[in-house]
Amino acid sequence: MNRRNVKKTGLKISILLAYVLGVYIVFPDSAYAMHIMEGFLPFNWAAFWMVAMVPFVILGVRSIKKTVTLYPNLKMLLGMAGAFAFVLSAMKIPSVTGSCSHPTGVGLGAILFGPTAMTVLGMIVLIFQALLLAHGGLTTLGANTFSMAIVGPLVSFGIYKGLNKLGAPRWLSIFLAAALGDLMTYVTTSIQLGLAFPAAIGGVMASATKFMSIFAFTQVPLAISEGILTVMVFNVLSVYSQKELRLLSIFSGKELPSSKQGVKA
Amino acid sequence: MKPLAKNGILLVIVLALAFSPLFLARNAEFAGADDQAEKAISTLNVNYEPWFKPLWEPPSGEVESFLFALQAALGSGFVFYYLGYAKGKNSVNKKEQS
Repeated sequence: MNRRNVKKTGLKISILLAYVLGVYIVFPDSAYAMHIMEGFLPFNWAAFWMVAMVPFVILGVRSIKKTVTLYPNLKMLLGMAGAFAFVLSAMKIPSVTGSCSHPTGVGLGAILFGPTAMTVLGMIVLIFQALLLAHGGLTTLGANTFSMAIVGPLVSFGIYKGLNKLGAPRWLSIFLAAALGDLMTYVTTSIQLGLAFPAAIGGVMASATKFMSIFAFTQVPLAISEGILTVMVFNVLSVYSQKELRLLSIFSGKELPSSKQGVKA
Repeated sequence: MKPLAKNGILLVIVLALAFSPLFLARNAEFAGADDQAEKAISTLNVNYEPWFKPLWEPPSGEVESFLFALQAALGSGFVFYYLGYAKGKNSVNKKEQS
């Protein structure tokens, strides 16, 4: 490692430490940030998010089918993207606000396979946790899927594509895509809670801001962790799975050729 | 610097992020989100009653942490299985080419 790199890393670490200390000083109270619990959304809202989820799930199943028929040898990589979300959402990590939350892990798959593919994989993770761990819930599955498996991956995918076009370094696009996708998941959760439980004074906005001020700050260090972990996986993939990444046009940045899809699908 | 060597540094940063709160916020409870969310909602809407209970709840904290550990183990098992598989395939391809 040369000296400039050392200096850069040093700077990054000190910024990080300053942030962590800053948050601890400003928000000493414990907070919470996780999925919406079973039964905690009024029936109408639960139904609304359930319906809102459906078109994305259908698109996701189609997108996965297309990927698998076009490139059967990418099945393993797809499974790995799902497994990554599975691990990360099992890790309840302490945050500087004095409570625990967990990352979502959907950014990796969204960058590799597109946002709707992760809707399906994320939903499977949420069903597992709702049934076996009483974490999240079946009635709130729609809302939780919408935040973690629809908004999160869409944000990740959009940021990755956008930054790529702007010519940002690949590691930066991946880091920001995964980190902001994670953060936006919890911003969505607080908006959902705000909509369902408007404050007596200030209504939906006041309530959503309240949830958000708690959520966002707990989640920030975790979002940074998720961003770094996603970059780490990409580093390994870029060494050992170049062929697969090229197929998915991660390296060239080109879209999948449409003529090919017509022939095989 | 090789991408894999960079991962070492990145891992240290992640570990620091995960463990530093334990030292920075010593008096905090680090409670799970779920119980505290209940309180926040009841301050916003005093009359709200959850209308659906989980079909099954882990009978104790130990069982719950076992299930979470199982989830992490299954997930990371597959992630690293894939990475090992990719590495093996990669080195075979290289040998064939040379």
